[in-house]
Amino acid sequence: MSQAIEYKYRPENLNESAPNKYTEADLTREEMIINIGPQHPSTHGVLRLEVVTDGEIVVDVVPHMGYLHRCFEKHTESVPFNQGLPFVDRMDYVAAMNSEHAFVMGAERMLGIENDIPKRVEYIRVLVAELNRIASHFVAIGTYGLDIGAFTPFLWVMRDREHILRMLEWISGARMLYNYIWVGGLFYDLPVGFEEKCMEFISYLKPKLKELDDVLINNKIFVERTANVGVLPRNLAISYGATGPVLRGSGLKYDLRRVDGYSVYPELDFDIPVGTGAMGQVGDCWDRTFVRVQEVKESVKIIEQSLEQLTKAHKRTKDFDPRAAVPKKIRPKAQDFYVRAENPKGELGFFFRTDGRSDIPVRCKARACSFSNLSVLADITRGHMIADLVAIIGSIDIVMGEVDR
Amino acid sequence: MEIAEFKTLVQDRIGEAVVIGVDENATPKALLIAPGYIKDVCLYLRDNDQSYFDMLSCLTAIDNGPEVNTMEVVYNLYSIPLEQSLMLKVTLDREKPEIDSMTELWKTADWHEREAYDLFGIQFVGHPDLRRILMPGDWQGHPMRKDYVEPEEYRGMKTIREEEDPS
Repeated sequence: MSQAIEYKYRPENLNESAPNKYTEADLTREEMIINIGPQHPSTHGVLRLEVVTDGEIVVDVVPHMGYLHRCFEKHTESVPFNQGLPFVDRMDYVAAMNSEHAFVMGAERMLGIENDIPKRVEYIRVLVAELNRIASHFVAIGTYGLDIGAFTPFLWVMRDREHILRMLEWISGARMLYNYIWVGGLFYDLPVGFEEKCMEFISYLKPKLKELDDVLINNKIFVERTANVGVLPRNLAISYGATGPVLRGSGLKYDLRRVDGYSVYPELDFDIPVGTGAMGQVGDCWDRTFVRVQEVKESVKIIEQSLEQLTKAHKRTKDFDPRAAVPKKIRPKAQDFYVRAENPKGELGFFFRTDGRSDIPVRCKARACSFSNLSVLADITRGHMIADLVAIIGSIDIVMGEVDR
Repeated sequence: MEIAEFKTLVQDRIGEAVVIGVDENATPKALLIAPGYIKDVCLYLRDNDQSYFDMLSCLTAIDNGPEVNTMEVVYNLYSIPLEQSLMLKVTLDREKPEIDSMTELWKTADWHEREAYDLFGIQFVGHPDLRRILMPGDWQGHPMRKDYVEPEEYRGMKTIREEEDPS
């Protein structure tokens, strides 16, 4: 059955397989290299940080990743679009619905069927994506509190996130990796009674968000730890391709749901919160977290409007088939295509090349938002304390599954 | 701006030979750029008031296989204030894939180029820190190439299952 793994231990193995960028010769007398990770709670996954420090001051940070590299791009070169979809779930595993939405939109636009999708399907897609956005932001906010010493908010948001996961499980059958949004439609219509339960959840959630403001965002200890820490100037953020709450925290009103206006987002009323530097400077860790909390409130607004639509104008009917527009064969004509969508963490883009002869893309590159967002780390950490390094990583909100793909 | 306007914009400034062709079929529409000029073209498109591509959304490398014997690098540019996008495509020789690095223009390029080097073996000239990013530092070969053969073992660990999966 199982074969014995012969792992020959040699002390220099690590240096060869994951070599440091800095050597002793690069350092001055006061400096030293500290290795954080790959297994460390504050790195949010298997991320290894090579930190050059002068006492407690961070001189440089070199992130080393690839520990969760599961060959997404190689896999998609051998499976058809609909079979590639489950791999997309596993990239950003705390916001799988949003990633699916982006991938599916790309395939639909390439096929030219994006206008055949029924409105009810589009509203359900937006509904589940926004539910998942709340869940993803809850993980970000909760674990961020945990990183810098606030335990209670973590338990509170995880409790509320569990409600969302249960609802999504009711819809799709899976807690986190759904494979629910299909090219051309959905796996199933919403279960009977879902709209009422979801409405109930929203009215439960609203006062909890107020509590979250009080216990975490406006908490004096939290503000002291995050304000004026890790300030990311707007120009630097754009140059690094940082998007999502990281870019909006730096004060730029840039949200693809508004800029591109995909799906039914143009019909919905919601604001785009930006960082204003209310507690410190624009673009500090507090601003980024503040933007996430505000976005949860905006998502609640979107969910309410979608539910309104789903119970009135686009009501459930007996003969409604969410798979009506699902194509038998997903074979787009030969083209290069770049599609993007607003994920909880930023711009998730897919570059497709198809040859028109098979269902399998010739190339599918994922432009992961966490990947680009993480690359700002070194520039905004230099000169801070090591404890602030932990605060900055948490405020960027990375998911290693998406960084490594 | 339309794709034809981008084409004349670039040709007027840098030269007729720079743009090899236009791909109207691509989304967003693409300009095919001669390999040696890509950095000049990008610098001009970034700093020009009419194009102002301040963001490099995505950098993709594509291997066309040993028969065609070319590789491609695709740049997806986006301008936040002007809300316009453009694709630039460069074809490289597969035997010696080399292209100028865009790190000085957009910092996004740093990690994306490292990834392209890691998985495709494209050399980015002028990149400050061209190391592997996803694969282990001592990995042999570039896995996303079409003719890549998976090695049988890595550090004494077999990568191929000997027995059939019981399921």
